[in-house]
Amino acid sequence: MEKLSFEYSASGKKPRRFHVGVVGSGDLEILLEPSNDSRSHVTVQTSVTGFEGTWKAVLDRFFERYEEAANIEIHDSGATPGTVALRLQQAVEGSRA
Amino acid sequence: MSAIVTSRGRKWFEALSGSDGRQPVGPGSLLIADGVLGQEKVAYIALAPDPESRFPRARVAEVGVEEGWYGTRALHQVIEADRNGIKRPIITVVDSKNQAYGRREEMVGIHLAGAAIIAAYAEARMAGHPVIALIVGRAVSGSFLALCGQANEMIAFDDPEVLVHAMYKDAAARITRRTVEELDKLSEKIVPMAYDIKSFNKLGGLFKLIDVAAPDTPTEATAAQVKAVLLEAIASARSTPRDLYKRLESDGARNYRQASIEVRRKMTEQWAAL
Amino acid sequence: MTASAEFELAPEVQRLSDRRSYIELNARARATQLLDPGTFHELLGPFDRVESPWLPLQGIVPQSDDGCVVAKGRIDGQPAVVIAMEGKFQGGSIGEVCGMKMAMAFALARQDNEKGIPTRAVLSLESGGVRLQEANIGELVIAEIYAELVALRKHIPVIVVIAGSTGCFGGMSLAAGLSSYVIMTRQARLSMNGPEVIELEAGVAELDASNRPFIWGYCGGAQRFAAGAADLLVEDDAEEITSAVKELFRKGQPAQLRSAMYDRYIAFLSALDTTRQWTAEEICQVWKEGAK
Repeated sequence: MEKLSFEYSASGKKPRRFHVGVVGSGDLEILLEPSNDSRSHVTVQTSVTGFEGTWKAVLDRFFERYEEAANIEIHDSGATPGTVALRLQQAVEGSRA
Repeated sequence: MSAIVTSRGRKWFEALSGSDGRQPVGPGSLLIADGVLGQEKVAYIALAPDPESRFPRARVAEVGVEEGWYGTRALHQVIEADRNGIKRPIITVVDSKNQAYGRREEMVGIHLAGAAIIAAYAEARMAGHPVIALIVGRAVSGSFLALCGQANEMIAFDDPEVLVHAMYKDAAARITRRTVEELDKLSEKIVPMAYDIKSFNKLGGLFKLIDVAAPDTPTEATAAQVKAVLLEAIASARSTPRDLYKRLESDGARNYRQASIEVRRKMTEQWAAL
Repeated sequence: MTASAEFELAPEVQRLSDRRSYIELNARARATQLLDPGTFHELLGPFDRVESPWLPLQGIVPQSDDGCVVAKGRIDGQPAVVIAMEGKFQGGSIGEVCGMKMAMAFALARQDNEKGIPTRAVLSLESGGVRLQEANIGELVIAEIYAELVALRKHIPVIVVIAGSTGCFGGMSLAAGLSSYVIMTRQARLSMNGPEVIELEAGVAELDASNRPFIWGYCGGAQRFAAGAADLLVEDDAEEITSAVKELFRKGQPAQLRSAMYDRYIAFLSALDTTRQWTAEEICQVWKEGAK
């Protein structure tokens, strides 16, 4: 298991909290909450080691468009980048619903 | 009469009850006898190997379908007999390999036979019978849940042959895709996974771990020693609530079941707030 | 999917396409489904972060609810608690936290009933049994689940729903056996020992774990229902399952708990020739012959 952390700048607007997903094979869960400061903080616990670069790429791309100041906690069990991006999208939509 | 296969469970059942426990009806593995302990009537129950069992996959002291259902009936008879009087202690001498693994067993619903005997022990406990589990050998998986799980008090011999666990090591290793060596290593830092009875005792479920000399061969002295502990357990069962929460309120639980304690506290709070 | 003016679907076909799968719902969605709309309140949800203390020590990623969703609400207007297992997390295995959530849900429902509040409980079971990574604490907590289930069912029926796709095995099959009513789909399986474990212990001649039709033949929902081990056989339909739960609560306590039917089961076992294996049909036949 690997633990990764990432930080991104944010606009300061706080999202509503939302949870999505399941820690099943090839899947992940996301807990999205308002951040305590004006930045976004992401922590990833993943069962697959050695993919920090891939996580960074997916998250960099996500935060290009996502501006709210969020704490995002990810529990991952080997999801593909596409699944990660999808779940992130679902988390955002859910927090805005 | 069929050849009797000895076992530690059978020896201790006979030493404590003074009887061979054989029943006219039902599986040869199920031993039941009335005894006297501290001047009151007690019921002793045990499972022992029965090479003549009607069920070929239940011949070495497993909890099979017949053991489950006939055991249930025996417990209900005790509960019924004592309904309006003193609730006699029910002492189960435990040395049972696990539940029976077989096609016949699954077809007739061994899960129901197991559930039935569990419910009977629980109902006896709730009715006020001191339910005591004396683990002299193995109590693994289904045999732990069926014969020990619902006891007011569990006692175990402090001996390398005594095993309380969710699954035997080789099978557990296979299912969790680890080697036995890896499991052993994990067990060193993760107490609930460990196989020795001292580690199980750390979790706070046992009334007492007792050091008995030559546990394979009960003597008058060691039987007297065990009976003294049984009496203590009976007294404890009668003077504490009839539920299982004492396991969670023990020192062991405070050390190793903090998460359980937190869940209990938080759920109670959140439920009340709704 | 809507029909165009010139081509209308037959009503039964339309209903099939309108049907929502229960099996495809995750645990949280199942709990929401079983409770009356708008009444779902989760206890110890993801944001409470009460997770397994043992899994991270072994390099296994935890789930924020430890694979068990407990929600209070109403069923048919009556106070209720639903416990839904997430079969996709660690095979729905019972660890310290998820097991304790289940035990406490039954305990708190029992306490309500003792105070005159008729809180009913439904357990949506998907479980392979005890979580081996938590072994002996799992066993202790499962014993506590049984104790509270037996105490609660005296007051009010406890209903178990087994829908699939994980099924219900190991220690949780005993929980199903303790319940007042069992609802199963055809896709679901209910068995104490999984087929792979039986094949491992007893050999492939005893049981071939790769023979799927055979496996569903002895422990699938249809067989369990026909042989008296399940009370209702339902389609994989969220509305149908929700209605079935309500119907059973309206019915009230069963005439006799399955776990108290020792005379019937002893007679059933006595009527079987154990010198050979049986077919599923034979089991059903002998079972039905035992109904007086």
